[in-house]
Amino acid sequence: MFANFDFDVIRRSLGYLFFDGMTFTLTLTGLGALGGLIFGTLIALMRLSGYRLLGRIAGLYVDLMRSLPLVLVIFWFYFLVPYIGQWVTGSSRPIRVGAFTSSLVTFILFEAAYFSEIMRAGIQSISKGQPAAASALGLTYAQSMRYVVLPQAFRNMLPVLLTQTIVLFQDTSLVYVLSIPDFLGAASKVAQRDGRLVEMYLFAAVVYFAISCFASFGVRRLQARIAIVR
Amino acid sequence: MIEISHVDKWYGPSFQALRDCTTSVAKGEVVVVCGPSGSGKSTLIKCVNALEPFQAGEIILDGIKVNDPKTDLPKLRARVGMVFQHFELFPHLKIIENLCLAQEKVLGRSHDEAMAKAAKLLDRVGLKDHARKYPAELSGGQQQRVAIARALAMDPIAMLFDEPTSALDPEMISEVLDVMVDLAREGMTMMVVTHEMGFASKVAHRVIFMDQGEIVEDALKTDFFGSPRSDRAQKFLSKILSH
Repeated sequence: MFANFDFDVIRRSLGYLFFDGMTFTLTLTGLGALGGLIFGTLIALMRLSGYRLLGRIAGLYVDLMRSLPLVLVIFWFYFLVPYIGQWVTGSSRPIRVGAFTSSLVTFILFEAAYFSEIMRAGIQSISKGQPAAASALGLTYAQSMRYVVLPQAFRNMLPVLLTQTIVLFQDTSLVYVLSIPDFLGAASKVAQRDGRLVEMYLFAAVVYFAISCFASFGVRRLQARIAIVR
Repeated sequence: MIEISHVDKWYGPSFQALRDCTTSVAKGEVVVVCGPSGSGKSTLIKCVNALEPFQAGEIILDGIKVNDPKTDLPKLRARVGMVFQHFELFPHLKIIENLCLAQEKVLGRSHDEAMAKAAKLLDRVGLKDHARKYPAELSGGQQQRVAIARALAMDPIAMLFDEPTSALDPEMISEVLDVMVDLAREGMTMMVVTHEMGFASKVAHRVIFMDQGEIVEDALKTDFFGSPRSDRAQKFLSKILSH
């Protein structure tokens, strides 16, 4: 059944697929997760701050991001950011923003909504006595968060955060709408150039599957280890 | 040292946790606060370092008004040690790091200075061999002794104890009380919420009895154990001393 297929196209394009495509995908995943975690933690802190207005703004943001399809946000952002940049800097024409920067910003903003919910659960899982003990020692609110609450929340939530990052890794393929050569984009380009659609998409699927599966396995191992330490 | 005057506290509009509480703790004095559960004794002690806000009255700590919005609370709290019922050691930090964190971040001591102080205090509470362990690896009594050392590392002017032995197994209570007795004998100003009447009769100068948010009795130790004036205190004492 594979007689008409030319799997050699994969071997021939490996360099392009991995050095260009996969590097882009992993960079976007890594930076997106890091930025999303930092921004998401800030949103979680806003929601838990006790200032009603801050909490409402953060809550609205999370609800908004979670009720829009990611593709649409990527798309909109790519076309909107130049104009927002123009408006902010007051220049006479739209700012040029690269596709990478635009997609990275999109993923950070989008993932922040999900990471914030995870970090919020993590912070709430820490008993009230911990920040009280930190305050009693004279730590400020910020110090108590930085040194006592957030490290514990982060550690408790690490498996969930990593699982969300695996989802992000798969979602980065959506940047194809901006025709950026991420891993899937690269595979797709080769596929169309050489007319080998089935082979390339099959290969891309196998690679995504293998990496995600391997990562999930790692997360499960980690989860078991954390459970023992606690 | 600690002046509490006419403090009222409500939880929500209907429940009054503290009613017109007035008392004081002088420098070097050991005051035990006792009473049935829900009587507001933990709430009162938490008001002293403003972990709990209160609505009326005032508390003055070493000349500084606790409930003044202009008071730098972290700075004030750093000068008063507090020990909690559930220890509240930081589980992600080693024992020695638990003792160093606030010394470095709040008092601005150098790492070496903080480590030296921490080692000295761990030795004092008999736990210097456990410095590199995590809190979860220690027994409850050991964790509470670490918590006391952690508070002492800040060189506090007074110590607040909120039911320090209530969460401990009976055989571990004495090791914690021993540390507290030593501390009291060295002249530390202490306010202790506890049911340990043995500790009270050994080192306390005064005993405060609370019920339903009120300070019912505030007497010298000998008067309190000799002949409590109120019925409620008598009933309470007969209940906990009969066994």
